[in-house]
Amino acid sequence: MFFYNYSIEKIIPKLSIIINYMKKVGNHNSISRNLILSLALMLTISLTSFAQDAAPVTAAPATDVAATPAAAPAAGGDAVKGKELFNANCAACHKLDAKATGPALRGVANKYDMAWIYKWVNNSSELIKSGDAKAVKIFEEYNKSVMTAFPQLSTADIDNIIAYTSEVKPEAPTGMQISNGGLQAKDENSISNNVILGFLVTVMLLLIVMLFLVYNMLNRIAASKGLEIPKKDNSLLSVWRAFARNQFLVLVSSIFLLLASGYFVYGYLSQIGVDQNYAPIQPIHFSHRIHAGSNGVDCKYCHSAARVSKNAGIPSLNVCMNCHKNIAEVADTTATPEYSKAFYDGEIQKLYTAVGWDKSTQKYTGKTKPVKWVRIHNLQDFVYFNHSQHVSVAGIECQKCHGEVQTYEIQKQFAPLTMGWCIDCHRKTDVKMEGNAYYDKIHKELSKKYGVDKLTAAQMGGLECGKCHY
Amino acid sequence: MSSNKKYWKSVEELNENSSIVETLKNNEFVEAIPTDEFLGDAASLSSSSTTRRDFLKYVGFSTAAATLAACEGPVHKSIPYVVQPEQIIPGIADFYATTMFDGFDFANLLVKTREGRPIKIDNNKIEGAKFAANARVHASVLSLYDSMRLKSPMINQKNANWTEVDAKIKSSLADAKAKGGQVVLLTNTLASPSTEKLIADFLAKNPNSKHVIYDAVSESAALDAFETVYGQRALVDYDFSKANTIVSIGADFLGDWQGGSFDSGYAKGRIPQAGKMSKHIQFEANMTLSGAAADKRVAMSVANQKQALVKIYNVITGSSIASSLGKEFDTEVTKAAKQLQDAGSKGVLVSGIQDKNAQLLVIAINQVLASEAFSTTGARQIRKGSNEKVAQLIADLNAGTVHTLIMSGVNPVYTLANSEAFISGLKKTKLSVAFSLKEDETASITTIAAAVPHYLESWNDHSLTAGTYSLTQPTIRPLFNTKQFQDVLLSLNGAGGTFYDYLKVNSGAFVAGTSWNKVVHDGIFVGAASTVSGGTADYASAANALSQAKPVAGFELVLYTKTGLGDGQQANNPWLQEFPDPITRVSWDNYLTVSKADAEELKLGNEIVANGGLNGSYATVKVGKTELKVPVIIQPGQAKGTVGLSLGYGRKAALKEEMQVGVNAYVLYNNFDNVQAAQLVKADGEHEFASVQSQKTLMGRGDIVKETTLAVYKEASAKGDIKAFNAPPMVSLDHKEVEATKVDLWESFDRSVGHHFNLSIDLNACTGCGACVIACHAENNVPVVGKDEVRRSRDMHWLRIDRYYSSEDTFAGDNKKKEEFDGLTGDKGSLSGFGEMEDPSDNPQVVFQPVMCQHCNHAPCETVCPVAATSHGRQGQNQMAYNRCVGTRYCANNCPYKVRRFNWFLYNNNDEFNFHMNDDLGRMVINPDVNVRSRGVMEKCSLCIQMTQKTILTAKREGREVKADEFETACSAACSSGAMIFGDVNNTEDAVTKLAASDRSYHLLEHVGTKPNVVYQVKVRNV
Repeated sequence: MFFYNYSIEKIIPKLSIIINYMKKVGNHNSISRNLILSLALMLTISLTSFAQDAAPVTAAPATDVAATPAAAPAAGGDAVKGKELFNANCAACHKLDAKATGPALRGVANKYDMAWIYKWVNNSSELIKSGDAKAVKIFEEYNKSVMTAFPQLSTADIDNIIAYTSEVKPEAPTGMQISNGGLQAKDENSISNNVILGFLVTVMLLLIVMLFLVYNMLNRIAASKGLEIPKKDNSLLSVWRAFARNQFLVLVSSIFLLLASGYFVYGYLSQIGVDQNYAPIQPIHFSHRIHAGSNGVDCKYCHSAARVSKNAGIPSLNVCMNCHKNIAEVADTTATPEYSKAFYDGEIQKLYTAVGWDKSTQKYTGKTKPVKWVRIHNLQDFVYFNHSQHVSVAGIECQKCHGEVQTYEIQKQFAPLTMGWCIDCHRKTDVKMEGNAYYDKIHKELSKKYGVDKLTAAQMGGLECGKCHY
Repeated sequence: MSSNKKYWKSVEELNENSSIVETLKNNEFVEAIPTDEFLGDAASLSSSSTTRRDFLKYVGFSTAAATLAACEGPVHKSIPYVVQPEQIIPGIADFYATTMFDGFDFANLLVKTREGRPIKIDNNKIEGAKFAANARVHASVLSLYDSMRLKSPMINQKNANWTEVDAKIKSSLADAKAKGGQVVLLTNTLASPSTEKLIADFLAKNPNSKHVIYDAVSESAALDAFETVYGQRALVDYDFSKANTIVSIGADFLGDWQGGSFDSGYAKGRIPQAGKMSKHIQFEANMTLSGAAADKRVAMSVANQKQALVKIYNVITGSSIASSLGKEFDTEVTKAAKQLQDAGSKGVLVSGIQDKNAQLLVIAINQVLASEAFSTTGARQIRKGSNEKVAQLIADLNAGTVHTLIMSGVNPVYTLANSEAFISGLKKTKLSVAFSLKEDETASITTIAAAVPHYLESWNDHSLTAGTYSLTQPTIRPLFNTKQFQDVLLSLNGAGGTFYDYLKVNSGAFVAGTSWNKVVHDGIFVGAASTVSGGTADYASAANALSQAKPVAGFELVLYTKTGLGDGQQANNPWLQEFPDPITRVSWDNYLTVSKADAEELKLGNEIVANGGLNGSYATVKVGKTELKVPVIIQPGQAKGTVGLSLGYGRKAALKEEMQVGVNAYVLYNNFDNVQAAQLVKADGEHEFASVQSQKTLMGRGDIVKETTLAVYKEASAKGDIKAFNAPPMVSLDHKEVEATKVDLWESFDRSVGHHFNLSIDLNACTGCGACVIACHAENNVPVVGKDEVRRSRDMHWLRIDRYYSSEDTFAGDNKKKEEFDGLTGDKGSLSGFGEMEDPSDNPQVVFQPVMCQHCNHAPCETVCPVAATSHGRQGQNQMAYNRCVGTRYCANNCPYKVRRFNWFLYNNNDEFNFHMNDDLGRMVINPDVNVRSRGVMEKCSLCIQMTQKTILTAKREGREVKADEFETACSAACSSGAMIFGDVNNTEDAVTKLAASDRSYHLLEHVGTKPNVVYQVKVRNV
């Protein structure tokens, strides 16, 4: 708990760094930011129609790509079946258009004759042993890693796969272009937004200045013409005087004002350090939506420590590489109007740089650059929280405290993480005791004592100070 | 109204035309202002492009930036591993079995690491691992993170690399070979089979070389005697659990005598079982832990001890060698000898007299007794130093015959009495190398200071006792550019590979029938016990020679090692410096212990001054021509005519300024003899001690430390008459006397459901060793506050071990005296009587009482907290929410046990408290599961709630009930004597359940009605 803290303390003296962070990283709730945002919001209301025009265009590509027809199927094979087989057997090591653990397979039929391919797929190592020149060359080229033998694949199966790999690469760039276009459009949008915004502000300012000038001018003209502008009977002032004379009213309203300001001050003070919805900009744009949502990766696959440790743990980069060794780019369908495929691929490249993975040689370079994630959930040093107690013992879904993470493009702090929030849950939640021998005895005794069937965490002693503060 | 006074500056002003006055008028400053001095380099200053305005802009900007930055929450970074090691899961502790031996202390350990950092030392409780950690070993984890460690090898006090070091030593060895110069390896006792083999290889490769073993604190006498009788240089591994009668003549076997670590065996025999416990008689000069634990303690000088030994030898063996023992001791010694004789094989005699003849007699007596506790099977290998060989080396050095001197694990410049001779000899060598953890006194003057890793960063093997083989394994990657002595030896021997490989191959010879991995996992392999066949020697002439020993002239100075610092290797360890000595309760110092009678004669005194601190006079100790000015502590139980002084203090090199305390007593350690003839005179000045306990006696309050005799206990316990020795306190209810335990101001909660923790402390087994204090320090991030703060009674120890002396000869005598008070004045008047009782007796009974938060079920602290920061848990723990505490200190004032500690200052990241929590390295030892408290917050023992919670969570996760005796606290886990037992009293199978209900159990200040969850067991003395 303490450990994280002092690394920060080392940073604090270096003001310039802090300022840097402030620029790069979204601030915790900042009043000034809120003010500016709301102003911007007010000003941009009129712009929404412009902004929305661009979006629908980018939504199109996904369907386009999927619908790209199979072009030039190869000799006799069924490309659709081939695709299934390819995904089931080959995709772990091969890609169609890029080098992975093994070579790219598109157009492989043009390079080798089919008989050779059958032999190679069914048992490559034998082929290498036999001294086949082509086989040995590939073997050498790919770091002498042996390809798994697939004796179960019949020649027909292999034909199907070859048919699939012989499909002409769809003119996918249409999608790319569109999404790139989307990006550009978006960029233009934001640029034009800014321009229009600036323009509007200038116009507003000009108007105000002009109004003021005109008013002055009119006054001057009136004065020069000897016109007397009738002074308004300042009724507002008289109301104020009447109010000031009524001492009771003054008393009551000042009490009311004090109470009201007290209420707001209290509200302000108690939100200090509560960083709900804190969503800093991370060094790598990691999308939980893609991983946990679209691909359905289990939370605990990456945050495996949550099962046994107090920390859920940020996965080390080698965990990322379990999948990303083979996934060097996102599918075209992954791109969204906001984030293009190029953007996501760039982020994957950031991972490769950090972990020291050379995509072209499919090798680790040994040059690593650990990622400095920005911590989102900052529990104070004086609170002890254990993930395994909640995840493994209580079997609580991660989403209960972290929100619908699988929909988050940018991870944020979902819960306020205040003590009231913890206590609330401890009061309401029944402890999951079934099938856990630890609870057998205590459940029997306590449920008898309280005359209930189910016990809440609070009844188990989960509200005692010392359970979380030591 | 303005004044018209004119102030004259000088007479010169009267002279109207004085040029001086005129010049002064025009010059604002008489002399040119030395701007260069405070602005530094004038040239660069004038050429600087930063103008004054720019400077102000920068100041303005940075102030504004700082203000703005303060409005935002800090941004925390989390940096995960790139490739996470399989074993490491953040938040989960890993444990590694290892062995520690630094030439003085040794233990079989389990090292707790978190995120790759060792943070705590635990005892390895696997079968066969019998050496538990003492206070110093527990603290050694902090020495790993010592910021003053040697961080890279140095040649001529300049940083160098290992290739240079290697080349330099190699060329020097070649040169020595060519010129026929001598090469000497000077090491501490190694007890490492692989290292010894490497050294043997080295000696074979370099024919004109030799290996000298040097123990800073010598056990040469006992080693010589054992070697004479059994032909092997080793020490007896006494098993005190097999002895019914223990007679010790000047042997502090609960301290560091012959390496120590005898307490667990001793304590086993001290817990009365079926009406039986061992009897322990101690004859000694200084008051030691063993003397404090003894049933009968006789204070006598070492000269008398020698005669007493001869006398006992006479009785046991039936010889009649003339012994000139003083008359006053005659009866006690004879009685002890008779009891020993009666005990026969169940008796054992040990002695700490540094005299070969005396040690021969010890062997003779135990042989005649056929003592079971004295066994030559599995003899200790932990001391092998030879006084003669070290003396010879110094002579050789000065004769200029030593060409190359390579030292490892020793610091002779500090630990030798004749260190001047050593230094002058060292200068005559062509090359001197010191393998050292720090740039200490020796390493700072050698040609090469070779940085070695700490034992928690190294591989090694040890054979602590014959027949066992234990491994030392690294628990962290080396923090600095260090290399093991063994690795360098390998390279010098011209062999390739690392010491790890060498060790692995070499271990095969010792671990037959098991795998390397299993030995690494267990930390120890117990092979067939090796026995040395019983030999004999000329005991009679040894006895004759001993009886001729003359008493020293003047005072007998008895040098000893303190529980805190030992031989002084870890002097830069703030935990150990702040650790209060169990006997004197003084921290941050060594001092001369003087008996009350001698102190009065020499007009030496101790005084509690107005601020509550303890002051003491200084005395000048003169041994031969060496003089030392030492502060004095008047020590009850110190034999008249003797004074004690501890070794290990007064170091200066590679020590933080705060730790440079005490005086170096090694300069008086002539001829490695711990007894020296000293002259004593009072010196000027007063010394300010940092003592944590100023009251010495119990004032007859027998209810605080309840004690009884074995005879009473045996009889009453058989009858079930507990009141005879463990009477419950009585209070008045409705004007009727009732037992305090039956009266209650509060309604009790139902504590029968779930866990309910109790801690039992057996006063019979507690030896006051202090391992628990340091373990608590490490587990709970207890801060170190420094000497000045301790003196102000602001020490932060959550667990203290109170030490009480009796004012009469026994505590029973105190109780009786108090009961018999009659009126205010007169012979039995309480006014003068209580005054007398404040003074301890000349040879008092001593008792240790560990006190920590008692976790009262009806806690007085809880009711007075205005913010409910301290509250009670259902499991019996009195909880403290630091973040809620506002620091009123009401709780501390309302606590009858005075166990709450207040953070007067911020003790971490504060230059005023420049201890381990003030540097990044030292903070690595912090336990991440426990909060680091800030200023203005109250803290106290939590009964290690982080540990009990962890045990519960593990059980929950594994879906099982908590096993019997699975709960532990840091102190109970560290207690090797079994004095502290922790557990769940709602679990009938836990050991503590029986103890909490035992006939000896009582609570501290029971009449207050606090219903504590800490239980004490009545002390039983076998008298």
